[in-house]
Parts: sequence; structure tokens; C-alpha cells
Amino acid sequence: MTIIIAILALGGLTLVLSIMLVIANKKLYVYEDPRIDVVEDMLPHANCGACGFPGCRPFAEALVSGEVLPGKCTVSSDEGRAEIGAYLGVSVGAEEKQVARLACAGGTNVARNKAEYEGLQNCQAAALVSGGGKGCFWGCLGFGDCMNVCDFDAIHMDEHGLPVVDVDKCTACGDCVEVCPKDLFSIEPVSHQLWVACKNLEKGDEVLEECQVACTACGRCAMDAPGDLITMEYNLPVVNYSIAEQTPLPIQRCPTGAIVWLDKKAGAIKGKDSKKIVRKGERNMGYS
Amino acid sequence: MKTAKQTFKHGIHPPENKEETNGLPIRQFSFAPLIILPLAQHIGAPSKLVIREGQEVVRGQILAESDGYLSVPLHAPVSGLVKKIAYVPTISGKMTTGIYLEPFPSSTQETLEGEAIDIDSASPEEILIGIQQAGIVGLGGAAFPTHAKLKIPDGKHCDTLIINGIECEPYLTTDHRVMLEQSDDIFLGIKYLMKATGAKRTIIGIEANKQDAADLLRERLPKNEAISVEVVPVKYPQGAEKMLITALLGKEVPSRGLPIDVNAVVVNVATTAEIGRLLPHGRGIQERVITITGPGVKKKGNYLIPIGTPLRYVLEQVGVDESVSEVYMGGPMMGVAVANLDISIVKGTSGIVVFNKEQIEQAPQVYPCIKCGACVDACPLSLNPSKLGILAKFESYEKMAEEYHLMDCFECGSCSYVCPSHIPLVQYFRLSKSIVRKRKVA
Repeated sequence: MTIIIAILALGGLTLVLSIMLVIANKKLYVYEDPRIDVVEDMLPHANCGACGFPGCRPFAEALVSGEVLPGKCTVSSDEGRAEIGAYLGVSVGAEEKQVARLACAGGTNVARNKAEYEGLQNCQAAALVSGGGKGCFWGCLGFGDCMNVCDFDAIHMDEHGLPVVDVDKCTACGDCVEVCPKDLFSIEPVSHQLWVACKNLEKGDEVLEECQVACTACGRCAMDAPGDLITMEYNLPVVNYSIAEQTPLPIQRCPTGAIVWLDKKAGAIKGKDSKKIVRKGERNMGYS
Repeated sequence: MKTAKQTFKHGIHPPENKEETNGLPIRQFSFAPLIILPLAQHIGAPSKLVIREGQEVVRGQILAESDGYLSVPLHAPVSGLVKKIAYVPTISGKMTTGIYLEPFPSSTQETLEGEAIDIDSASPEEILIGIQQAGIVGLGGAAFPTHAKLKIPDGKHCDTLIINGIECEPYLTTDHRVMLEQSDDIFLGIKYLMKATGAKRTIIGIEANKQDAADLLRERLPKNEAISVEVVPVKYPQGAEKMLITALLGKEVPSRGLPIDVNAVVVNVATTAEIGRLLPHGRGIQERVITITGPGVKKKGNYLIPIGTPLRYVLEQVGVDESVSEVYMGGPMMGVAVANLDISIVKGTSGIVVFNKEQIEQAPQVYPCIKCGACVDACPLSLNPSKLGILAKFESYEKMAEEYHLMDCFECGSCSYVCPSHIPLVQYFRLSKSIVRKRKVA
């Protein structure tokens, strides 16, 4: 007898609850566009945030709702973007490719260390110990936090301990910008070819003692630049990228090569007046 | 004679190495040919310049005013010419705005005096303003503006004023010498401080390795004042104010709280002496006592050094071995290794310790944590450095802050000191704390 009561009670309970679930399913149903799942599958699942959304799913939602165009995703290949565009029936959207750029050229062959750092081998920790020991306070410490944080294998350290960005692999996600304790990285469109590769705010030739490719704030580039293309702010040249017409003219008289012209094929081109750096090994530490 | 047996839990006993300088009297240091003064010498807003390049200034003149409440003025440590105002390097590695001051070689170096604060007629508020105007910050090393510390928040009251003469940091003997040589200034300073805070009694806390200072202060205790001298057993980091309160009052300051939460205020003994010396004349702070010691130094001692003296000049004057390989500002436990000899002495510099190549262990190999618990036994705040270290390695900074009280850590270095695997725990925590702070702002 007891067993029958138990079966009835539980069976009844099951029935009541299932009816509630059915009602809830009907009443509280939220319609979700099935295309979101499809589009999300087409995206690279990198969740890098380069598009400005927290991850691939929110970006897919925005794509389906028509807020953005597939071109915003810099990680996908051209075919991938075209596929999404075709699926949603929208244009791909011509977003200019952006890359991370380093505002420092002070590798070990040109920049001097004032002290030897021992301890946790990463830039963020070293920067907290008297600034990390590099002669130039603003310069790259070269422990490669940016290389380690890069999900796309786009950053490598060269033989002088400076990070080099692989333009093809870089998706401009901004992780390196965030991790660098000296704030040397920034995300720039590839069309910005005039580039100031220095953040040293000091003025005068004394800075050359610490780094041979530092900006001495001589102001020649600003003088040579047409119009307001370059202005000097806080002892550094600032390029006004809103002026569409850029020219390699301002780099020519730079004595140190701190301002460069970034060419797609030839890389960073220095002006003809800049000092030639022949040293291959490390610049000595110098206890003077 | 009553000797307090009480102390705080945990802590460590590093070699003290104080015997080389604790018997040497304080000596005046010469003026450097160029004085370099960063404007940010304290916690809070940097001082605001009120002079221009090329101006002649008198010793004691205000060069930069306080910029807001949590800021103090900067006084000229020497009569001279302002050579230039430019970037100067600081101990943190940051370049900040500073003043290059060239002393007049033939000047009498008389000090300019301001408005005197009379102990009998001044109100507590006037004393606080006087302390701020004198440019006084915590001379123990933190360089927190003293007037801000003494300001009792509404609804709180201060019962006990604790004068911190512990100096638990190895090698340093500045507070020891100040207590032996400047007892009158200290007692006058205590009078000012008691009036400013409204404290009913004062305890001078001294570690047992400075018995001579304790005896001297006891002997000279002024009558009719509620001042007592307590000697506590030697242990590191007893000089940290939270540890000192636990040792002297048996109370624990709550997590993330301040001493005023247990109705106490802690002031360093050298700061107290400075208040007693400067306020009656309305002067500003121009020099401070610094211990220069360590195996690499030829003329070890306790020196009265003008603020802004370049470190390179100091080392040239005292003489260092050719093989000098590591210089610390502050002590070896909580001090910072110097990366640039062009930095200068600031208000918060309590000592300079120089090591030779032989004494510096070449970065020992780091082994994995063996969960021995030595760091847990050492941590004066009863945190779990072992767990924190593992979390830091895996970059779980939020978890460290929320579940393991990372932000309570005051980086005393006890855990790193005892770790048999040589894990740089304090460095991990310093890094983690800076990242947590950065993310909170962002």
C-alpha cells in the first residue's frame, strides 16, 4: 500500500511540475536569432576584444543586429569576413588594418643599462624596482611581457632585446598595450607611416648618454614638416595624423633617427642625417 | 623597573648589524656642489613650485608650496642659485620635476625662520598647520605627511600617542642616535603632538637592543607628563605601526584599518624630534639623520645630511670600495636597491647600505614551494604567503586581493627572508598589488 502512495505522490508532483515548466517555456520564451550561433561559429573564437566587444559572442550579436560590419574583426581572414558578409547579406566593410607599434628603439646595442636587475624576469616586476635599471626611464626593459601576452604569436624579441611586431599576424587586440609597464605600445592604422620611436621627455644632448637613438627634442622634424603635421609637445614630436598627406620629409634631418618612416617592405627607414649604429653587441653598462 | 615582555605574534630575527654605527655620534655632512630636489618627496600630491630658474634662494625659504591637503611644502636646504628646473631621477625610477640648486660657496648658510608656533598659546589646529608648513613627513621611511596622520577624524578620539623608537630594520641606527642625542627635542615634540591629537598618555616604544637610549630617556622624563618608556623584545618587523600597537597595547588594528581605530596614533621618534626642533622657530625641514653603513663603506656613521644631496656625492665623501656592487636606500629588508646613483637624498631616506660583490648572493636558484609553512610562521599579519605566492604565479590577482587579503601586506619581507626555496614572495606581492590597484582604477 505504501508503495502505491509513494508512486502516486511522486507521479502527481511530476505532473504538476512538468505542467509548470511547459507554461514557463511558452510564456517566458526569449526569441534568439539563430543566425547569432552561425555567425559566432564563423568567427575565429579568439575572444581577443580587438573589435571593441568583450568577446566573439557579443560581436556576433552586434553583427546580426546590423550595428557593425564584419570588417571590424581583424583576426578573421579576408575569406572569413567575406563569408560572414555573404551570409548576413551585408558588405564586409573596409576597416583599415591596425597594428601595435612600439615607441622605443633603444635596444641593448644603443641604450645603456645603469644597473643590473635580478629578480622576477618580467617587465612589470622589474619596473617596480627602481624603474628596472635602464638608463632611460621611458625605455623598453626587454623582458618580453608583450611577447608572452600575445595570443597570436605576433611579437618576437630581436637580438637586441626589443620586441618586433609581425604586421601580418598582429590583430591589434591591445593586450601588449595593456601589459607594458612603460606604456610604449599603441594601436595605429598601418597608413600612419611617420612614427616617433621614442618616449623620452628630456631635452638636450644629455639623453644620448643613455640612448643613442633617443629624441633630443631638437625640433628639426617639426620645422621641416609641412604645415602643422608635427608639433613639439613635452619635448617630443607629435604627428598630427588627421592631416592626410604624410611625407618622409621630416625624418631627413633627425640627428638620431628617433623619427622614422615605416615602409611596408623596407621596415623602419631613418633619415640620411641620422647617426649610423654599427655596434652589434651590448652597449656597456658604464659605472660612471 | 618594568620591562614589557609583550610582543606581537610571528616575525623574524635577522642579523642586526647595528654595532658598527650605533656608537658613532651624529656628524654634520658637507654641502654638495649641486643639490637636486625632486618635488615629490612624500606620499600625496607633489609640491607646487613657487620659484623660477635663475632665482637666488635663502636657506629655509619655501621652494614649493603644498598642493592640497595631502601635501607639504619643500624648503631650500641651502642658500644658493636655482640652476634649472628639469626632470630628476627618483628612487622609484620615475623621472619627476625637480630643482637643481647650486649652493653659494661663501654663504653663511643662516636659516630663514617663519612664523613660530608657541606650545602654550597655539591651538591644536595651529600646530597641525605648523607641522604641515614645516614640511614634516614620516621620517621612518614611508614619508607620509605627518599632519594628515595626526588629524583625528570626526567621531574618533586619540587616547594614546606612541612614539616609535623601535628601528627594527637591520643596519640602521638613526633613531637610536636621535634618541641619545636629541632627547630634549623629542620631549618638546611629544608636547606638541599630545596637544595636537588630544592624547592623554604617551608611550615611547624602544627595542631591547637600544637599552642605553631607553635608560637615558627614562632618566630625563619630564615631570607631570604622562609619558612612559617601554622596552620590548627585539623582533622584526616590530617597527611597523600595527605591530607596535599590538606589542604595546595588546590591541589589533583591524584589517585595512588605521591606528586611530584603536584610539592610538604612532609617530616616528625622529619625526617627533624634528617637530620639537622646528616648530618653536617656524623653520622647515632641511636636513635629516641618515645611517651610512654596510661592508662597502669606509667611513661608516650617522650623518646629518642636507636633503637633496646627490647619492653619488654622499658615496664619494664616505668612500666606498671599488668593488661596490649594490646600494640600498633604506634598510636591507624594506629598502629599495638603487638603480641610478644620480638620485638624491629625500625626506624619507633613513639609511644607505652598501654591499660588496662578495656579500651579494648571486640571485639564488628559485625552487618550487614545498609548503613547509615557514612563511606562514613568519608573517606578522598572519597572512598565507605560500598560497599568495602560488596564486601570484598563476596571475589570479583578484582572488589574492579578495580571499587572501593581499592588500593588507605591507611588504616587510619576512616571508622572502625565511623561504627555503628562495621564492621572491615580496616581489610577487608588490607586483600583484600594483596590478590590483591599476585594475581598480581602470
